[in-house]
Amino acid sequence: MIVGLAKAIGLLLLLVRLGGCDSEEVKPVVIDFWAMGREGESVQALLPEFERRYPGVQVDVQQIPWSAAHEKLLTAYAGDALPDIFQLGNTWIPEFVALNAVDDLTERFATHMPADDFFPGVLETNRLDGKLYGVPWYVDTRLIFYRTDLLQAAGYEQPPRAWHDWWAAMERIKANLGANRYAILAPFNEWQMPVILALQLGSPLLRDGSRYGDFRGEAFRRAFSLYVGLFRKGWAPVMGEMQVGNLYQEFCRGLFAFYLSGPWNIGEFSRRLPDEMIGRWATAPMPAPDDHYPGASLAGGASLVIARTAANKEAAWKLIQFLAEPARQAEFYGLTGDLPPRKAAWEAEVLATNAHARAFRTQLERVIPLPRIPEWERIADKIAHYAEKTIRGEFREEEALANLDRDVDLILEKRRWLLAKEEK
Amino acid sequence: MRPWPVINPAFWFVLPALGLIVLFFFVPVLAALVLSFSDFDIYALGDQSRLRWIGLDNYLRLLHDPLFWQALKNTLYFAIVGGPLSVTVSLGAALLLNHRTLPCKALWRSAMFLPVVTTLVAVAVVWRYLYHPRYGFLNYALAWFGIDPIDWLGDPAWAMPAIILMAVWKNFGFNMVIFIAGLQNIPQRLYEAATLDGAGTWQQFRHITLPMLAPTFVFVAVVTMIGYFQLFAEPYVMTQGGPADSTLSMALLMYQEGFRWWNLGYSASVAFVLFVIILAGTLLQLWLRERTSRP
Repeated sequence: MIVGLAKAIGLLLLLVRLGGCDSEEVKPVVIDFWAMGREGESVQALLPEFERRYPGVQVDVQQIPWSAAHEKLLTAYAGDALPDIFQLGNTWIPEFVALNAVDDLTERFATHMPADDFFPGVLETNRLDGKLYGVPWYVDTRLIFYRTDLLQAAGYEQPPRAWHDWWAAMERIKANLGANRYAILAPFNEWQMPVILALQLGSPLLRDGSRYGDFRGEAFRRAFSLYVGLFRKGWAPVMGEMQVGNLYQEFCRGLFAFYLSGPWNIGEFSRRLPDEMIGRWATAPMPAPDDHYPGASLAGGASLVIARTAANKEAAWKLIQFLAEPARQAEFYGLTGDLPPRKAAWEAEVLATNAHARAFRTQLERVIPLPRIPEWERIADKIAHYAEKTIRGEFREEEALANLDRDVDLILEKRRWLLAKEEK
Repeated sequence: MRPWPVINPAFWFVLPALGLIVLFFFVPVLAALVLSFSDFDIYALGDQSRLRWIGLDNYLRLLHDPLFWQALKNTLYFAIVGGPLSVTVSLGAALLLNHRTLPCKALWRSAMFLPVVTTLVAVAVVWRYLYHPRYGFLNYALAWFGIDPIDWLGDPAWAMPAIILMAVWKNFGFNMVIFIAGLQNIPQRLYEAATLDGAGTWQQFRHITLPMLAPTFVFVAVVTMIGYFQLFAEPYVMTQGGPADSTLSMALLMYQEGFRWWNLGYSASVAFVLFVIILAGTLLQLWLRERTSRP
């Protein structure tokens, strides 16, 4: 038996050596590329064209589920196993810059890409201390999804353009719908709505170079009060995402008329709502607190970055350039429904003819980046936390904001220490 | 010449297992303990010079963290209400299943053991439907009795009872099987003698079944308590700790601090506090057992 085993091993070694001889002749450059969720699946359809254009280069895509992405990337960083190029949600960029895990792309970008073709707010989310670390791949922002028929029933032919119109419309709609239906759905586990209202009023969210929270500042206080008021007045149901159950069913049943959401829901709404809902829902840019319509919204999305440890930075950059071409981005939109960050891509027919996407095109001209620090997601979570507690009546508004400032200052303690250390 | 000291051969048999335990249990535990005296976080992961040794600061911070107290309260609530409830239900089910007159015992036993082997995520999906405030079966059933609908997972006052109910349903089968084994070990002649002496069913239960089950009871109680203090998966898949932190458990807090926010130092300190609490609880139970079993 042992003789047999030895023979088998010998044979195996021989095969490996033979294989080795073969591969030496071609030796393609392999780029490792990690992409998340559906993007990771869909991007593979674009790659044959890339590999045809650059024969010596082979792209190895690994698809990572969103729920495990953050952990997987950090573990890969700790284990020195990051791929050459990966997709990064743009609120994660500051974290990976703090880790010194991603390459500075400022020069490459300046020489190869037209900066003014990108939506400025979105591009800005990739910039830290004047250096660019990622190239936007697709964009994400929040705006209004609404039921046109419910608005019409309340006497509104057009979506609201200013806050006072919006608030008046919600009051009429709520009066129309009665007790168990609502003007707006704002699941309180989502921090986006109070933050958007605050950004529109000019709140910096953080102060002193993002060293302290600024949640007791005038702008945030007003936005928070308005947001909490929606629940106090009974215009928004006291529900988290979990209690809503099936969002699409509820939207169809008319549980609510307005809903703040992102681009992915254009596809989901079109797919999941029954046919009789066609023409009874629409999207609209955010109303503004003043007459500068549209009001600002969040600059979100995902970018492509190159790992500092990447072996094939040149080839990786070629892939980023390829994926950033307007034609590729339009194609990618067709595959995923992800909205392109380049204005040129929006001229493609698939996008220009989609009425629901058009509101996003308008909105994207006015998007504001969130604070670019690694602690942001944690801070956002705290905002939602205190908003929920206030809505449930556990805290008064001033109390909640004081606690929020205290918690955020504690979260930022390490950052203050680091900044002080750097100054020395 | 002195002979080599004789090592008990059993040692060599245990050695591989011992080695693995040391490598994969004691070393990481020790590392976590060391970590809990530092502020290891995302910054320190990138550059070791950004790590600070802060002594007991993490533990002191815990004492001032309202989330920690909330998590401790919730965990105690779950363990103190859910633990005994789960043991009682298991015992009740075991007594029923062990009854002489019950037909198709194996079938019943398998059916009641099924929740234990079902994946929690699948169970959670089904229970979320049962608990749904508007379309859930539970509220539908309550309506027969004229009771107003309850927002099971959305109301901070009801979320923990809802989690307990689900956890008890999911877990009672395991203890039930152990109790059945314990019941079957009680010699039948004791019951026969008691019947001859004229003891009723309750008296037999009180003076024969319970005392004879005592060792099983201690095992079940300790294992259940340890398991219930580590409450994690149920709120993780059902509520994410909400609404308003009413189902945030110590283990969930630890997970969030450690793997969501990457504050590994702080998270390690939560882990050690939880460890001390479980250790104290176990010792207390063993001590109580010792005291009550003394003649």
